[in-house]
Amino acid sequence: MTQQPVALNRTDKPAAVASATKMVIRGVSVYYKTFRAIKNVDLPVYENRITAFIGPSGCGKSTLLRTLNRMNDLIPGARVEGKVLLDGEDIYAAGQDVVDIRRRVGMVFQRPNPFPMSVYDNVAFGLRLLGIRQKSILDEVVERSLRAAALWEHVCDNLNQSGMALSGGQQQRLCIARAIAVEPEVILMDEPTSALDPIATLTIEDLLQTLKENFTIVIVTHNMQQAARISDYTAFLSMDDDRAGYLVEFGPTVELFTNPKEKLTEDYITGRFG
Amino acid sequence: MPRQVLESEIQNLKNQILRLGDMVRQAMLDAIEALKHRATNRARQIIAADQAINALRFDIEKAALVVIATQQPLAHDLRFLASVLDIAGELERMGDYAKGIAKINILMGDKPLLKPLIDLPRMANITADMLQAALQAFVNDDAETAAAIPRRDDEVDGLYNQIYRELITFMIQDPKTIDQANYLLWAAHNVERMADRVTNICERTIFTASGEIVELDTDENGNAR
Ligand SMILES: Nc1ncnc2c1ncn2[C@@H]1O[C@H](COP(=O)(O)OP(=O)(O)O)[C@@H](O)[C@H]1O
Ligand SMILES: [Mg+2]
Repeated sequence: MTQQPVALNRTDKPAAVASATKMVIRGVSVYYKTFRAIKNVDLPVYENRITAFIGPSGCGKSTLLRTLNRMNDLIPGARVEGKVLLDGEDIYAAGQDVVDIRRRVGMVFQRPNPFPMSVYDNVAFGLRLLGIRQKSILDEVVERSLRAAALWEHVCDNLNQSGMALSGGQQQRLCIARAIAVEPEVILMDEPTSALDPIATLTIEDLLQTLKENFTIVIVTHNMQQAARISDYTAFLSMDDDRAGYLVEFGPTVELFTNPKEKLTEDYITGRFG
Repeated sequence: MPRQVLESEIQNLKNQILRLGDMVRQAMLDAIEALKHRATNRARQIIAADQAINALRFDIEKAALVVIATQQPLAHDLRFLASVLDIAGELERMGDYAKGIAKINILMGDKPLLKPLIDLPRMANITADMLQAALQAFVNDDAETAAAIPRRDDEVDGLYNQIYRELITFMIQDPKTIDQANYLLWAAHNVERMADRVTNICERTIFTASGEIVELDTDENGNAR
């Protein structure tokens, strides 16, 4: 791996005002063996914006999210049809480097999952995987990442403490710091606050607002109010009679939550589903 | 259907809006009736009764805010609640116009009417009908009816212009009538403003039902009122 991370130094690349399309989901279906979990989804992901996936449990939000960095490749029997473009290039095309795709499109999971190692080593983990050994670079990136994740103040006195010793909300911010340390362009988050208390949740939500200046964020949330609070765009997915998830409506969050176009969306967001 | 609390709160707010509308409508009709008969005692009662209108307006506002704070309404529900806040305010101001007519009655003192009131009660009746229809359309979420109601505002405007011309003629012929004529003109103006506010309510109904913001009425120059 020759590529060196630029360590969050993106001042040369200001947050887009009118945002460009960072990723495109085009005609995507996902199968688990013979079961079709997602059918024919088309969706843009705009750069430096937060896109939220909402919808009833089991409609395929996580499945769709995982198509964005080929995490489904890791699930036996899972198969993806269609295209997912990252900066215009299909990440499922032959010859794509999956490791590089996952570096460019990082992921934060539902339960904070720090590795059983120090705070420092947690954040430096991805960089070391990329072959970076130079202490000065690691130090710098660890500090920047922890600052960007709003955690630096809390841990700078003792970077050697175990990541597991932090509170739930701090652990999740550590996972965010770990994700951004390798300089991804897009960060995927699957219900990142569902295991957190309300205060820790709001801290993460605030953090996302600053992170989107430098990253494109896609978040799955079962909490509609959270989607309404934090996202710029929302995709509402539902399940068909054959249990396949499909896209009902996509649009600017403000519109989707004040004047949705589809009756199904209205019924879902106003709590009158089914 | 889930969301029974929200549903019953919405129904409750609809009932309250209808009740406030009835109070305002009655205040206006009473104020005109009192003016017609120069019944100043009745006028004083109408002025006092305006406090009940103000109080109900604030009750409605408070109830709507509690629903917003506790029920996380979205989409149509949210637009409905925003409209409730707005319409309650419109109704309260319409109540102020009715009170204004009662005040004019008192200001006129013991002077008799310049002429028997005919067109002004007519204006008031049309406005009262419009108001009732507008609030009915709002609680029925009926944008189509709401869009048609403001057309009747033309009748109100027509009567207002007629009253205006007639009173101007009085004033020109006999400048001693200027005070008396002016009072009646104010009263007519108050009714005319009330009819305009009915149009605002109709716009809110269309917004609630469709999410569209429309201007239903324009003045002679084509500007939105
Ligand atoms: N690894 C898997 N193997 C088989 N089926 C799966 C797997 N993961 C998810 N599914 C199925 O795919 C559908 C969508 O699941 P998921 O993407 O987790 O939905 P959501 O995140 O919206 O709750 C569900 O029916 C689920 O049972
Ligand atoms: Mg999920």
